[in-house]
Amino acid sequence: MSLMKHTRLEFIVGVFLVLGLLSFGWLALNLGEVPWLSSSHRYIIYAEFDNISGVKSGADVQVAGVVVGKVGNITLTEDDLARAALQVDKSLAIPVDSIASVKSQGIIGDKFIQLTLGGDDELYKPGATITDTESSVDLESLISKFAFGKVK
Amino acid sequence: MTPSTPENTPDIAIEFDRVSKSFGQRNKKHRVLNEISFTIPRGLTTVIAGGSGQGKSVTLKLILGLLYPDSGRVLVDGINVPSLNKRELLKLRTRFGVLFQGSALFDSLTVFENIALPLRERTKMSEDEIRSRVMATLDQLELSGHEDKFPAQLSGGMKKRVGLARALQLEPEIVLFDEPTTGLDPVMTREIYQLFDSMQKRLGYTAVIVSHDIPGVFDIADQIILLNKGEVDVFTDVNEIIHSTKPYIREFAEMTMGDLFTRPEKEKCH
Amino acid sequence: MAETTITPEEEPPALALPFIFLGDHVLYILTDLGRMGIFLFSALVGIFRRPFRFRELLKQLNFIGAGSLAVIFFTALSSGMVLGLQGYYSLHKFGAEGMLGSAVSLTLIMELGPILTALMVTGRAGSAMCAEIGIMRISEQIDALECMAIDPFRYLISPKFLAALISVPLLTAVFDIVGIFGGYLAGVGLMGVNSGSFLSGMQQSVTNHDIRLGVIKSIVFALLLVWICAGRGYLVQQIRGAGFGAESVSRVTTQAVVLSSISVLIFDYLLTAVLL
Repeated sequence: MSLMKHTRLEFIVGVFLVLGLLSFGWLALNLGEVPWLSSSHRYIIYAEFDNISGVKSGADVQVAGVVVGKVGNITLTEDDLARAALQVDKSLAIPVDSIASVKSQGIIGDKFIQLTLGGDDELYKPGATITDTESSVDLESLISKFAFGKVK
Repeated sequence: MTPSTPENTPDIAIEFDRVSKSFGQRNKKHRVLNEISFTIPRGLTTVIAGGSGQGKSVTLKLILGLLYPDSGRVLVDGINVPSLNKRELLKLRTRFGVLFQGSALFDSLTVFENIALPLRERTKMSEDEIRSRVMATLDQLELSGHEDKFPAQLSGGMKKRVGLARALQLEPEIVLFDEPTTGLDPVMTREIYQLFDSMQKRLGYTAVIVSHDIPGVFDIADQIILLNKGEVDVFTDVNEIIHSTKPYIREFAEMTMGDLFTRPEKEKCH
Repeated sequence: MAETTITPEEEPPALALPFIFLGDHVLYILTDLGRMGIFLFSALVGIFRRPFRFRELLKQLNFIGAGSLAVIFFTALSSGMVLGLQGYYSLHKFGAEGMLGSAVSLTLIMELGPILTALMVTGRAGSAMCAEIGIMRISEQIDALECMAIDPFRYLISPKFLAALISVPLLTAVFDIVGIFGGYLAGVGLMGVNSGSFLSGMQQSVTNHDIRLGVIKSIVFALLLVWICAGRGYLVQQIRGAGFGAESVSRVTTQAVVLSSISVLIFDYLLTAVLL
């Protein structure tokens, strides 16, 4: 009887803990990004830009409009270039003649990185750096060019 | 720690040295104890008596270090209790057993668990040793068969006995009783006193009983300390109280012991 | 407590009375706060004292955590569904029903989950905790522990702290999930929002940062509620105006629930302002 009572208590607490941890796990895995877990199905490739203004860590990486990954850390290299770590799906093969460009969703929308895949047989290995990039379009300088009629 | 005072002979267990204690806010301060001094002898039963609100429970709390005096010293075996730090205080308290006014049994624990608690928490005894020891105590205090009940299922007298059983588990040198007969009927009260007396005689601890149950409690007292309006008077016999010439003691005696002369002689056992 | 002899003291001048009253009150509030601070410190230290009371922790986990699951479930389901409906009507005007998943999940994870869980646990477990400790205090059970040289914090208070600190974040996670499910039920099930856009909107908008904010909030709220509820019960005899006996416990319990609920709401604002 007494043993029953004790194991019952432990059982209920166990159920509660499992339920709570599962909920938490679901939140973390499904909604958040757990780096040490999501890295298992993603790999990191770097891209260096002249100007990456507007792209935030966590922004999408797209190929032909399909989200294939996220932007990780953004750092400044020794050559004063912006170096973005792109976490992309393992299933995505990136040929060495691919181009990474900074694009906007609409004129005031969020910035994201678009990968334009090339046709080369040789592929970028995880950890490699894409140097063929197109930087942010500076909207203000574009407008001022229009305004002062310097557009050719 | 304070060194022993010269008058602190080995047969004195507890000494109050000009202790004062007040309560309340600044503009309505109540001085409960006013520079009182007395000693409590070792191995005997001392009763601290007085009307309600005369500071009886306060003296107990001072002895245990649950309250601090405004001035004066409270000495237990020559150690000044108010000067102890928390650890020393905990160590000192292991030498006390306390029976609280409402028994202070833990509602969520059974009788057995209540009595076993100090053994489980304070000793390294095995569960078997604890079991046999608690069962023996239950037997001594005529509580066998009630070990699985909860405090709420016990009568007042049984609660007191369980409280005493719990207080005695760690073989204390000094046992303090705070109003042990509150809420008990006269028959039960007498039984409890007899039980206290026999346990004290058997185990030889120093008993300090705080009570307003006058004169009933005097039957088992070796010494009586009377607290009244912040002052203290010490007697070794009830007759001293009755024949005292101090007016407030006479008044007190008449108020509380009007029936003493009519009581049957057999109750005065010593 | 015995009080009879009144020491004669000079009557202060009438002009000084308001200052005496005010000063007295300020002194009391500071003392009270100090007592609560010492209580919090002792309780946190008590968590690391040995021997550890594992069974008591289980009991408290059962009471605070498992026992609150049903309340949390229904609160979460209904508030999630309300969020789904309200969100739908608001977003529908702009043709932005696709944002529903994102709106519901963000609201739940960052605000409603932590807050409502803390309020529910305060009402259910906090009040019981305060009353239990208060009764143990006035019936001298806590004094009895101290007289047996058993640290009441290690024995009684700290397991409650630990259990609350574990339970409340987990309950909050359960609340979030059930609430999102409720929102899905109302939005997708009743209002016919596209299921895919609900789910992907949710997955794309919620970031680690939002989840972290929710977790930090729930831990802070847990600490607040267990501190205030257990502390008020523990200090029941030192609280001015509480009265005596059973009445004091009931008054202090009401006070503790109100105080802890208000603190949760205030700290929610502060945390959001600092961490968002």
